[in-house]
Amino acid sequence: MDTAPSGFAIAQVACPVLESAPVGGRYHRLVVAAPGLAARTRPGQFCHLLCRDAGGNGPFLRRPMSVWRIGADGTLGFLLHVKGRGTAALARLRPGNALDVVGPLGNGFSLPAGARRVLVLARGVGLATLAPLVGSGPAVHAVLSARAPEDLMAAEFGASSFDAVFDSDGSSSPAAVEALLRRRFERERPDAVFTCGSNRLFLLLQRLAAEYGILGQVALEQQMGCGLGMCFCCVRDIRDEDGHVTHQRVCREGPVFDLQRAMSW
Amino acid sequence: MVRLATRIGGLTLANPVMPASGTFGPELAEVMDLDRLGALVTKSVTPEARTGNALPRLAETENGLLNSIGIPGKGLAHFVAQAMPEWRRFRAPLVVSLSAPSVAEFARAAAVLAATPGVAAIEANISCPNLEEDGRAFAMLPETAAAAVAAVRAASALPLWVKLSPNTADIAAVARACEAAGAEALVVANTILGLAIDIETARPRLGAGMGGFSGPAFKPIALRLVWQCAQAVGIPIIGVGGISTAEDAVEFMMAGASAVQVGTASFVQPTAMLDVLEGLVAFCARRGITDVAQLVGMALPARERLAAE
Repeated sequence: MDTAPSGFAIAQVACPVLESAPVGGRYHRLVVAAPGLAARTRPGQFCHLLCRDAGGNGPFLRRPMSVWRIGADGTLGFLLHVKGRGTAALARLRPGNALDVVGPLGNGFSLPAGARRVLVLARGVGLATLAPLVGSGPAVHAVLSARAPEDLMAAEFGASSFDAVFDSDGSSSPAAVEALLRRRFERERPDAVFTCGSNRLFLLLQRLAAEYGILGQVALEQQMGCGLGMCFCCVRDIRDEDGHVTHQRVCREGPVFDLQRAMSW
Repeated sequence: MVRLATRIGGLTLANPVMPASGTFGPELAEVMDLDRLGALVTKSVTPEARTGNALPRLAETENGLLNSIGIPGKGLAHFVAQAMPEWRRFRAPLVVSLSAPSVAEFARAAAVLAATPGVAAIEANISCPNLEEDGRAFAMLPETAAAAVAAVRAASALPLWVKLSPNTADIAAVARACEAAGAEALVVANTILGLAIDIETARPRLGAGMGGFSGPAFKPIALRLVWQCAQAVGIPIIGVGGISTAEDAVEFMMAGASAVQVGTASFVQPTAMLDVLEGLVAFCARRGITDVAQLVGMALPARERLAAE
């Protein structure tokens, strides 16, 4: 990892908010100016956000948030599902307010050498974590799963090539998504697959990727305390090289794990 | 110029600010220069490998944090072989927090640490359950606390700090027992037992049920414990519990602490320890205090302090 001008890989920065706007009925986008952080952030990494509105209201601990946009113009974007006190406080921020960001954190996605095309399978706001893969090199085809068309956020994901599946019409059922993925793998086999946002879709992709011999990774979420690897709050069961199940820290060894070593959550 | 050098028994620290065990690791070197700290304090090392407690392991409150992590770790042998080389990269003195399930295990582990290059001191975490006393923590009673401290003292010549627990009826008695058993300093105090319940599921928010409460909301209790211990013993006290600003650190020193540990605050502000250190220097400079040690015990009742000295 390259380092900040200060010589430290991870920085705490008060970032001016540039954009703050609702997306559909349940989501929110925040874009901040963070030139140093943006230059050092890789797809799949996250930041630890102090969730305080302009009046200082918000929860005690920071919240981990995937980086949704890594702007060449020195901006970082976050796409939030507004569902608790932390995300509600973030959604109250307005342009000109400051967002206190610690980052970049964790290990991002790794693309196999020479990968020309990848497939991503995202559920809900999990697409925010996967979105930085678009434009990172290989052609990206996405399968986006959402409750209903109004929740899809295909524009927020940014890939021109995607399939959308919905709970509202039954197209997001595991059987339907499996059939869709099999067609895709047989017609245009991806060099790697990536997923985030659903345990059910993770298990499906893990099984199919093993069957087709395709490398893959999953980005996991977990409650965090420090975000830096010190508190051991955010562990998940992961298989090690020998197949033994060990606790690994989502913030430190993750949040991106090998698709075959990660386990159902 | 403010003199910051701080004597803790046989050890002289460059300054009185250090991390609290369990909230710190070498990972923080990616955020700040750890050699600016007075000491480094490891997570508790246990003789055997432990997987830790059920999740969730943290539950936040309005201004504090409940945790029940369960001291996960790969055990003492792994610590000596794998973690110590990484810790030896730093110049600040390394204090190894040691926890064990029995008096004999405390002694055996202390002897191993005494033979390990790079360990500057042992912080005996006697707040862990004693399997020989029906799982009650060593620090609950003067007798069991003293037994653990005496065992570590006999097994190792390293400077010995002892971390006390608020979960006791008479912390002054525990403090005196630890001093008599050979403690060179007391770390006051560990987290206090607490509970949070999820009213939607009617279950505790922590996987393990109860947990240790820390953070700013705990500060008045920790400060009171330091105040009581400072009047009970003559050995130095290291104050810990809810310190997140320099003003908090000054309070603890005025209550009798010679040094302070910063824990939970580092989760919210990763450089909290440096902020505390810089603010401490600024406070002393503003008040014309030339040696940070002059703060120690300033707020204690004079008579009791003289008796303790």
